[in-house]
Amino acid sequence: MATQQSRSAARLMMAPAVVLLMGWMLVPLIMTLFFSFKKYVPLRGDTIGNGLDWVGLQNYERFISSSSFWPSVQTTLIIVISVLLITIFLGVLLALLLDQPMWGQGVIRILVISPFFVMPTVSALVWKNMFMDPVNGILAHLWKFFGAEPIQWLSHESLPSIIMIVSWQWLPFATLILLTAIQSLDREQLEAAEMDGAQRLKRFWHIVLPHLSRAITIVILIQTIFLLSIFAEIFVTTGGAFGTKTLTYLIFQRVFDSQNIGLGSAGGVYAIILANIVAIFLMRIVGKNLDK
Amino acid sequence: MGRIVLNQVSKSFGSTEVIPPLDLAIEDGEFAVFVGPSGCGKSTLLRLIAGLEDVSGGVVQIDGKDMTDVPPAKRGLAMVFQSYALYPHMTVRKNIAFPLRMAKMPKAEVNKRVNDAAEILNLTDYIDRRPGQLSGGQRQRVAIGRAIVREPSAFLFDEPLSNLDAALRGGMRLEISEMHKRLDTTMIYVTHDQVEAMTMADKIVVLQAGVIEQVGSPLELYRAPCNVFVAGFIGSPRMNLLTGAEAQKHNATTIGIRPEHLSISNESGTWEGTVGVSEHLGSDSFFHVQCAAFENPLTVRADGGLELSYGSKVFLSPDMAHMHYFDANGLRIE
Amino acid sequence: MARAVTTKQKAINTAFALGVALLIFFPILWTILTSFKTEAQAINDPPIFFFFDWTLENYYAVQERSDYMKFLWNSIFIAGGSTLLGIIIAVPAAWSMAFVPSKRTKDILLWMLSTKMLPAVGVLYPIYLLFIELGLLDSRGGLAFVLMLINLPIMVWMLYTYFKEIPVDILEAARMDGASLRDEILYVLTPMAIPGIASTILLNIILAWNEAFWTLNLTAAKAAPLTQFIASYSSPEGLFFAKLSAASVMAIAPILVLGWFSQKQLVRGLTFGAVK
Repeated sequence: MATQQSRSAARLMMAPAVVLLMGWMLVPLIMTLFFSFKKYVPLRGDTIGNGLDWVGLQNYERFISSSSFWPSVQTTLIIVISVLLITIFLGVLLALLLDQPMWGQGVIRILVISPFFVMPTVSALVWKNMFMDPVNGILAHLWKFFGAEPIQWLSHESLPSIIMIVSWQWLPFATLILLTAIQSLDREQLEAAEMDGAQRLKRFWHIVLPHLSRAITIVILIQTIFLLSIFAEIFVTTGGAFGTKTLTYLIFQRVFDSQNIGLGSAGGVYAIILANIVAIFLMRIVGKNLDK
Repeated sequence: MGRIVLNQVSKSFGSTEVIPPLDLAIEDGEFAVFVGPSGCGKSTLLRLIAGLEDVSGGVVQIDGKDMTDVPPAKRGLAMVFQSYALYPHMTVRKNIAFPLRMAKMPKAEVNKRVNDAAEILNLTDYIDRRPGQLSGGQRQRVAIGRAIVREPSAFLFDEPLSNLDAALRGGMRLEISEMHKRLDTTMIYVTHDQVEAMTMADKIVVLQAGVIEQVGSPLELYRAPCNVFVAGFIGSPRMNLLTGAEAQKHNATTIGIRPEHLSISNESGTWEGTVGVSEHLGSDSFFHVQCAAFENPLTVRADGGLELSYGSKVFLSPDMAHMHYFDANGLRIE
Repeated sequence: MARAVTTKQKAINTAFALGVALLIFFPILWTILTSFKTEAQAINDPPIFFFFDWTLENYYAVQERSDYMKFLWNSIFIAGGSTLLGIIIAVPAAWSMAFVPSKRTKDILLWMLSTKMLPAVGVLYPIYLLFIELGLLDSRGGLAFVLMLINLPIMVWMLYTYFKEIPVDILEAARMDGASLRDEILYVLTPMAIPGIASTILLNIILAWNEAFWTLNLTAAKAAPLTQFIASYSSPEGLFFAKLSAASVMAIAPILVLGWFSQKQLVRGLTFGAVK
């Protein structure tokens, strides 16, 4: 297979993808790094043409010492961790349920997976208005039905509300991956465990769960990457108010609302570092998988 | 036509040399079998002949023409792969017709050849099925069909029977031998199974670590293995290879005696021993006998009717005419 | 495995699973139902489930008010364009990595994956600036190009895992059978790779369609796709549940259907082949 000729042809065929991605990664990254060391506030007349003032690490210090930084990190972490816990816990349960023998499994699967295909702006809007609206929302009706006072979801319980919306979006993803993993479990292993006298719960704990551990790890890592950068859900619902400002949203505001590019870029570098920490773990796992 | 000559052919992957330079000639119409343990380089050698790997050095000649740099398609060879490598999206008919289609052969001729091949191989009833709907044996036949329609100058087989179950394997072995006799075309067959090598080959090439250990007819190899490796590899069950004081008596480092050349007796003999496990095949019985003179038990072939109980005392006597002697380097002493 | 499951047990499983599935699906179902109500019925207390006067008026109203077709066309152009462009670049790359692997193949693949992890917000302004400089802001072509770059790693990975499953033996057999490189690609490789390519295309259309960071930040009036169309309903004047629902259904319906077809491949694509 691997003759000289085919090797040079291969390199040529790979070139466009490699060059494009290289450019996509390096050009903006270098620009962000550049801006992060500069004072760049277009509203105060800073332009690239006139040259920008070098301010060293000032932007980094200001970004980190601003009163919104730590709350935004905290908000980000609360959202990411809560969504992960909810989706994985419910995802495992759902996957186990869907793995049982039943009629119409295909239809049920389709129903469960559907939220994942709903665009983030739509799911945010539907939840915000039709479910969480304190007067006309379904949830308000439900609360009233049980004689309780409707909750002001997005203003009083803003963070749990966002977590609920995002979990609804990502639960299908976790379920689908965990279900695929469960179905790849060797049935003979379960039968062997049964012969060895392991009860249902023990079988789950000692056989099924260890088998799922890799899939769970992958769900955690991939969801983390996407969850760290959720944007539309907050943009459409609270606009970052009521304590729902994530790091991504804070940077977005610095760049577009207050037009402080230098400060926003420094924040961007922090976000890149944060994402890379997660990325390293994911790459390890995927890389190992490649060796198989 | 199909005389294949390898002249100082070698192959390295990076810095590891898997086949040091070797010479080999396979005559027109010959059934040559490359045999050796896994990883011995036999498949690589076959792929060098096919042109699927570039040689690192040396010349591959087919019918006197230098084919070293000719792409596989132009070498006039057909290959049957271990995995059969059938095209899953094509029917049996299309699979078999594929090489002819690539050769731009007229439709009518293609149909005729495909139908003939299908008939010979008993595939007529399955001709419009896809590989996925066939059994292992049928897939094997399709792979062979795809090879024979081209009327190649030589057939290359890469462990074609290793994915079949034992019963089918015996049958296919016969069919391939039969096909060789009928077509009278050169065949090169790679296997790790010495039974296949012995039963099918005109010429066996024993390989180990990329090196040709011995070339010869099955009976030549059986009668006069040129070294300890070949002695131990050819023949089933394996030859008993013995070292120590008994070997020294014959001025050799190792002596070899095949199970069928040992006789067993209750009263007297050369070596005394204890019967271990017995294997009864019906036609023959094999006994594993632990002798005081040797570290490992000896395998003895005896008449199928003989029964010996575990632990009983027996005597073994070798047939001296069939004793093999090897020196300290493992080479045969005549 | 071959153990008999009682009909009763199966019925219980089905009922339970269906209940849970409907609960998860409910927001979508409710949106679809509401889109056919009048505005008064949509906010009726208590909520009406099925017995309302089915009407299509909201759909007409939405099209009239916000020119749905323009956004739809932009979405199709952007999702379709980025996928087409991506496939043209990704197929050769994945093909060569799968069939002519070298020592660096694994590193290149992992590196491609790593570009996917660059947080968008970290490079938002540079891209924004470049778009202004190059006159690409609020252009469909520019956005399609960016979305192609974002999804390129996933495309290459997905195709790679599919191509990897085509046994090398078969390509070698084709070569032995006299197929030229062109024949090999045309008659053997392509037919075997088509299912993989098709699911890659499907998944990427979905991802591009739903992308809601770059589409919100790099487009305005002219090139805005459906994500923007919906976001415009978040303003107070859009607080008409029935019309909002109709707009939502129109934004998600095409992709929901595509998604149902590609759900199996989705797992593979989104886990970079790590779960199959």
